[in-house]
Amino acid sequence: MPQFIASLEHVVKGPVWDCQMCGQCVLHSTGMTCPMTCPKTLRNGPCGGVREDGNCEVKPEMRCVWTKAYERTQDWPLPSSWKEEFNHLRPPVDNRLKGGSSWKNFFSKRDKWTPAGWANARSESDH
Amino acid sequence: MSRFEHLITQTQETVFTAEFPALDGNGMAKAQKAADRFRGWFDAVNSTDNTAAHAHASNVTTAIAIKQLGLEPIMQVVCRDKNRLAIQADIVGASMFGIENFCALTGDDVTAGDEPEARRVFDLDGPQLVQVMGSLKRGQYLSGRKLDPAPHMFIGAVENPGAPPFEYRVQRVAKKYGAGARFMQLQICYHQDRLEKFCAGVAAAGMKIALLPTIVLVKGARPLHFMHDKVPGIDIPADQISRVENAADPAEAAYLQTLEFAQHALAQPNVRGLHVTDFRGDDTLDRLMTDLGRTRKTEEDSHAHSA
Repeated sequence: MPQFIASLEHVVKGPVWDCQMCGQCVLHSTGMTCPMTCPKTLRNGPCGGVREDGNCEVKPEMRCVWTKAYERTQDWPLPSSWKEEFNHLRPPVDNRLKGGSSWKNFFSKRDKWTPAGWANARSESDH
Repeated sequence: MSRFEHLITQTQETVFTAEFPALDGNGMAKAQKAADRFRGWFDAVNSTDNTAAHAHASNVTTAIAIKQLGLEPIMQVVCRDKNRLAIQADIVGASMFGIENFCALTGDDVTAGDEPEARRVFDLDGPQLVQVMGSLKRGQYLSGRKLDPAPHMFIGAVENPGAPPFEYRVQRVAKKYGAGARFMQLQICYHQDRLEKFCAGVAAAGMKIALLPTIVLVKGARPLHFMHDKVPGIDIPADQISRVENAADPAEAAYLQTLEFAQHALAQPNVRGLHVTDFRGDDTLDRLMTDLGRTRKTEEDSHAHSA
């Protein structure tokens, strides 16, 4: 069953967002632009190598994923709660979830788990 | 507290940092020469981490060498080459040798270097790395396992005010500031209007973060062309290149351009000093520092300060 859900998710998200099946989807908070398609898989904004035309340092023919994410977050009629999340600090990828379904991990809240050092730092900075 | 941290957080002094040359083994002669050149002018110098995606002596060993030579290191850590375990190990290991200043970078891609076939890692990104450094500083590995005593750390990062999307760059500073960065070394920016807007944005957001824009000493127009054409994220307006290229004395014109950019950068809000990259290797380094009103510090000055 989990494999079926993962396959279904890939069929839906693959063609539209070039989904890389990281298993912890953050598309809603990144202007519906998958950060895992960034060659450096950056989840917290663009590197310093973005070209003058807004294209990628590594693939000059490709628009920088984060240039796109930023523009879409500004321009697209996305829910305001999603837009607010754009500047949140997204945690490092949990490599154990790769290849699985992020839908399943979303409903089970498995995708919210972070290591204790990360979680503690967040709760301190929130206060 | 490191002297660099003291200067930034406890004083209003203008702070100068420099890029230490990449080392490639073969004893300490090159490091010694660079240290002698920088000593007294700079409050801290960066040990780079496989700069421009080329392998060199490691960031940790270079930072230790800098310290042994009597200068204060800022250890750069990039995300490209190592996973989160190895990065934490490097930082904790460096702290055993008294390294306290750390600067987090995403890092150039492997394709920018001379081994483009290498695997790129990026297990963490720049802002995540700042947060991991913050966790270590509080006495915890990322896992939550205790580090007792917690290492003394002064955490910084890097941002590029000259690369798109421009407005978003300030938000990225805010993200790193929220994760614990208190100084920010900026990528060289040849567009003064972009630097102005960036610094004003950081100031308007009320961030207590020290900005250190980079300036580069070059001998003529050729390195400007190189940076513009080859270095990711650097764009140099044609008129800035031609003013050096077409000058009667390009070396002098290049120096005056650097001085002008340095003075302009120092006048921006939240700018607490400069980061100097010296590609010339001649006496213009001393000249620049003197023209910026800096007096070369002696050993006694440093001791008096730390006392």
